[in-house]
Amino acid sequence: MALYIGKRMAFLIVMLVGLLIVTFLISHVAPGDPASLAAGPDAPPEMVEQIRHEYGLDKPLPVQFVLYLEGILHGQLGQSVRTGHPVTEDLAEFFPATFELVTVSMLIAILLGIPLGMLSAVKQNHWFDHATRIVSVSGVAVPMFWLGLMLQLALALDLGWLPLSGRLGIMSAPPDPVTHLYLIDSLLAGQWDVFRDALSHIILPAVTLCFPALASIIRVNRAEMIEALGQDYIVNARAQGIGPFRTVAVYALKNAFLPTLAMIGLRYGWMLGGTILVESVFDWPGIGLYATQSAIAQDFQPIMGVTLLIGANFMIANLLVDLAYIWLDPRTREAA
Amino acid sequence: MNTALPELSDPGRPSESWRERHASSIRQMRLYWHTYRRNASAMVGLVLVVIFLLLSLISPWIVPYPADATGAVHMADKLLPPSAAHWFGTDEVGNDILTRLLIGTRLSLEIAVIITGVATIVGVPLGILAGFRGGWTREIIMRVTDVFLSVPALVLAIAIVAALGIGIVNAIIALSLVWWPGYVRLVESKTLSLKGEAYVEAARLAGASTARILFSHILPNCLSPILVKASMDMGMAILAAASLGFIGLGAQPPTPEWGAMISIGRNYLPTWWWYATFPGLAIYLTVLGFNLMGDGLRDVFDPKSRGR
Repeated sequence: MALYIGKRMAFLIVMLVGLLIVTFLISHVAPGDPASLAAGPDAPPEMVEQIRHEYGLDKPLPVQFVLYLEGILHGQLGQSVRTGHPVTEDLAEFFPATFELVTVSMLIAILLGIPLGMLSAVKQNHWFDHATRIVSVSGVAVPMFWLGLMLQLALALDLGWLPLSGRLGIMSAPPDPVTHLYLIDSLLAGQWDVFRDALSHIILPAVTLCFPALASIIRVNRAEMIEALGQDYIVNARAQGIGPFRTVAVYALKNAFLPTLAMIGLRYGWMLGGTILVESVFDWPGIGLYATQSAIAQDFQPIMGVTLLIGANFMIANLLVDLAYIWLDPRTREAA
Repeated sequence: MNTALPELSDPGRPSESWRERHASSIRQMRLYWHTYRRNASAMVGLVLVVIFLLLSLISPWIVPYPADATGAVHMADKLLPPSAAHWFGTDEVGNDILTRLLIGTRLSLEIAVIITGVATIVGVPLGILAGFRGGWTREIIMRVTDVFLSVPALVLAIAIVAALGIGIVNAIIALSLVWWPGYVRLVESKTLSLKGEAYVEAARLAGASTARILFSHILPNCLSPILVKASMDMGMAILAAASLGFIGLGAQPPTPEWGAMISIGRNYLPTWWWYATFPGLAIYLTVLGFNLMGDGLRDVFDPKSRGR
């Protein structure tokens, strides 16, 4: 087990270095001049020269890469021209909002996806199964930004049930920062009204963001459940008179869950990509909105910072899923 | 096809028509079509894709207001609701939204074909090479692939567009650069499993060259999963390009690109709801069509996956 974890960690580091090479190549080898990219669109030529020298961009590429790595190891991701802050500071400020959104969205996807997948496996080819299939097929086909706009149109603008955008209403002050997640911080501070406000703001973006993940979870869970329900141990459990709920929700689900878990890990990373679109629709102040606003302002360093942060998050999520996988599956637990 | 001179080209073989020589493949295709046809959702997908292809071919001749696709301005007609004259309404400069949607169909299809095409041309050979060669070649190709797959494609594409500059061409370049790793992963695993098959061994023992084994034995057997993935990816590429258009990094107005149209149309919600609504529906139906078709193809090629 320890050996396996060690190997996985080593692999993670190799992948991170690989990711750094990719971002380095994008920022240093792309046809645009990295110094003028870093300086921003309106910088005077002297400033570009100064930056070129300061960042060592007049040195050969391998030397530049070492400098780049050194900088990142010291937590330097450059400066945002648009906000005027170091990118690391900006990321630290905006990431909790994204993390909160993605986590709530994933929870919705899991809490809806597993029962829906399970039920449509039990009710195979029943109208319920077909209805669920429409959800799961549409979930990956619908443009997320458009779905967000339509939900805003219907639930916020037309019916007025939920707030249109943002993380909190203008009447609420953010709770004392402990975790920087408003839902948790407001509970810790005992501010129920702030909690309710934060919750009502997160519902629409989280629901919008959850659809592709929900679709995949339903699909995988349904397929695995159908497979599991055909196994001998299920027949045996039924023959022993164990109730249908226990047979399906405990015996079969246990075996269908592992592949679903792998899908959840994969989808978490994709959700971090999707959050860029959803945050831009809902003015959600996370790293996605930060990335798009920077991209439009041709502010280059923040985008590379967001790319690295999302990549690193995705890799760590996959590592955690892999570890959970071997821990949950007795066969691999013994072997590892 | 070459029924006119069969004896001349090969005097030793009895004369056969093209149909006779390909009887088994024709039978196989018939069987595929038979299976595909009985799958309702796959047929819905096929119909959507065919409609979409037809529209992209004939749209320049059927659109009601051809000038509106290139940025004509008639302020008198701006932001009109859907009516008999303008089925999907008009936009902020009085252009017919239906016209712009139909012209945009061709653009979306072109984008999808380029991205999926580049991805297969780059990804498939790399995947075969990695799976067949093994060793260091495989190690290097697969680790690079892993790195690319470790960042959501959209995020990496945004980074590349930011480096290259905003615009539809750079958006296509960026998406093509990040799209191939999925094909490497797919083809590599398929090649690995095919490599050990008896008929590949037999071909090798019979003295077939590596190139011949790859082209006549491995590649044809990888084709069906590639086709399934490419069909799905056509939809996903349209979605990704529209996403870049929506956040303002892809096509720029007045190019009639669906994502860019929604990006402007959102400013006119909720009063002028038709502006953002119809382009979104177009994206949804197109992507849905390619996805359903891909699903249907998978069921045909891989009977084990049926009903999943």
